Amino acid sequence: MPRKGLLIERPLTRINQKQIEQIHQASMDILMDPGLICFNKEAAQIFAANGADVSEITPADHPTWLVKIPEKLVAKALESSPKTVKLGGRNPDNAIIMNGEESRVFFISGSETNIWMDVDFPAYVKKDDPSVEIQAPEWKHRRGTVADLCQSAHVCEHLETLDGYIRTVNIQDKDITEENKDVNKYFASLNNTTKHVMAGLTSLNQLDNVVHMAEIIAGGKEQLRENPIISFITCLVKSPLQFVEDTTDTFIELCKRGLPVVVSSAPQAGSTAPIKEIGIIAQINAEVLAGITLGQLVNPGTPVLYGSVPVRARMDTLNDSYGCVETSQYNIDCVQLARFYKIPNYSTSGVCDTKVPGQQSTVERLFSDILVALAGPQYLHCAYGLLDCNSIFCLPQAVLDDAHFQMIKFFLRNPKIDEEEIAEVLGQIRKVSATPQKLFISYIRKVMRSGQLSAAYPFESESGDNVFKLAYERTQDLLAKPVDHIDEVTTKRIFEEIPGLLPRLNIYK
Amino acid sequence: MSEDIIKMLKENVIQGRKTAEDEGIDEGLTGPGVVELTRQAIETKVPADKIITDGLTAGMQVVGEKYASKEYFIPDMLASAEAVGEAMEILKPYLEAASVATKGTFAIVTVKGDIHDIGKNIVAILLKGAGYEVSDLGTDVPTEKIIEFVKNEKPDYLGLSALLTTTMVAMKQIIEALKAAGLRDSVKILIGGAAVSNDYAGEIGADFYCIDGFDAVKKLDALAA
Repeated sequence: MPRKGLLIERPLTRINQKQIEQIHQASMDILMDPGLICFNKEAAQIFAANGADVSEITPADHPTWLVKIPEKLVAKALESSPKTVKLGGRNPDNAIIMNGEESRVFFISGSETNIWMDVDFPAYVKKDDPSVEIQAPEWKHRRGTVADLCQSAHVCEHLETLDGYIRTVNIQDKDITEENKDVNKYFASLNNTTKHVMAGLTSLNQLDNVVHMAEIIAGGKEQLRENPIISFITCLVKSPLQFVEDTTDTFIELCKRGLPVVVSSAPQAGSTAPIKEIGIIAQINAEVLAGITLGQLVNPGTPVLYGSVPVRARMDTLNDSYGCVETSQYNIDCVQLARFYKIPNYSTSGVCDTKVPGQQSTVERLFSDILVALAGPQYLHCAYGLLDCNSIFCLPQAVLDDAHFQMIKFFLRNPKIDEEEIAEVLGQIRKVSATPQKLFISYIRKVMRSGQLSAAYPFESESGDNVFKLAYERTQDLLAKPVDHIDEVTTKRIFEEIPGLLPRLNIYK
Repeated sequence: MSEDIIKMLKENVIQGRKTAEDEGIDEGLTGPGVVELTRQAIETKVPADKIITDGLTAGMQVVGEKYASKEYFIPDMLASAEAVGEAMEILKPYLEAASVATKGTFAIVTVKGDIHDIGKNIVAILLKGAGYEVSDLGTDVPTEKIIEFVKNEKPDYLGLSALLTTTMVAMKQIIEALKAAGLRDSVKILIGGAAVSNDYAGEIGADFYCIDGFDAVKKLDALAA
């Protein structure tokens, strides 16, 4: 049985059908005028061979083409794009099956951060009363390592609400190079979680090794096709409207192999996209559709996700502002557009602007988590543990996020209202009204023990200021819980056949 | 036979099954509850003090431990306490006949002007469950009625409850009236409710402030010890 996800019966919408069609038309206009600048020769050739208006731009430092994509090519691509996409897991029960027309949300970690944040709890003594001592969290930054990635995957394996794993930390050990990063990144993740693993590819040269490793784990080529335990994120279109050379190469190769892939675009309203909502939405939609069209031209039927990471610019720095309200608006618009095209949506929520866990972090992430989840994207990469936009990963924050998602999931349960239920409660009301104490307490226990009541906040403490300590302790508990690692025989084979793996990742040696 | 009944009585207290109709906590529990088992124990001539000590109190002891370890919650504790309270009502004439004293008599009221009684009712259930003989005088009770009750019934303890800041002043009036009637020293006064505090208890001359029903039981048991 695959994972259930969370079915949103009545998804939250921001734009109506007419507006969706207007945005679609604006995107179609953008694809023809101005079209996209393409730095990838093969992509330009594919578009030209399929009837797009492709012209070489000269003079240019680098071979460059202008690609104008007619609506009929997009329409054909949308027809051949699978409406249902399966992402597998090392444990097949962790498979995720997404249907573009069904608002069933799966909660996913990610994206990738450079900084890993540890926490310590030093004691502080009150100056004017040395008998008073408190502990306060001290957050410490360092560059992420492959050991951190293992820990992150391990904890995520045990987070109840987390359906799939996008690697959370960029591995920057001294012995990690561009040529061995991908195999180590995927192995560290796969070895520590049985859930689906998604990542971006650093080097196309490593694709064969990564895929071969996945085939060994899945049990063979066909088994990997049936149970795709890995998938890929590609940002082949850089905003505004530019097919980049290397990622487009990677994307084309992934499509040729029929591997599940996210076509992601991340424009920033104000700098790399218009500041107005309709502007960024029409542009991101054009960018994603251009990528999907290329993928379907390469290999019709390639499983793709409509990947949207729109964000507004901060006015003080022009950095990304994931915490601002508009970013959630853009994401909900994109959820609706992807549903219009019936393609599963990779959406974004929970990313905050602040650098440390606390009030701002909680407000920003919960605001977008609740609203974007309510819109019903299928693959919601919702920033478990992320801080400072996409810069910092913090395990205690990840377990705090898990508690938030438990609340959101509970809230979205369907109410139980039927004749039997009504008869039961009317009976209770009549019975209790006739008693001198008039208390319904005796009816609580059955409901409480049947899981129908939401759980208390797990990080509550008497003093009210111990949340981070309790969250930290929770991470330690989860790290102490075993995970189902790849077995010894398979691990041995992987280390024999896949070059570049760090020996310290072999837990059997 | 009688040992089996007492064992079942203890188990049903732990399960919070007041009567045979109640479900308890474990799946599929049937058979007599605390009320029926208490009657069976009396019929089979089990002494009332043994029913209390080995059945009811022993069961409540386990409930208390489960509550402390967070396996049980307040609704569980109240279900068990309510069952024990009912059993104590059944046992009352047998205890009197055997000259077995209860842990004490407790009069509880929500004061004049205040009709809120959830807290008061919970405290009453917990006190009964802990073995106190409780007289619930109700809500919005005039001061004169309370004085009359203390004078005639001579309870060991008087519990005053108020939710509102506008009604808590009645507590002071009751204590002043008890003093005027020469009854203040005859009864220990406990106050509780959202509006009041430990400081307020000191200010008006009450003996104790109780934050909740568990606190009340704890303070009374400590007094008796």
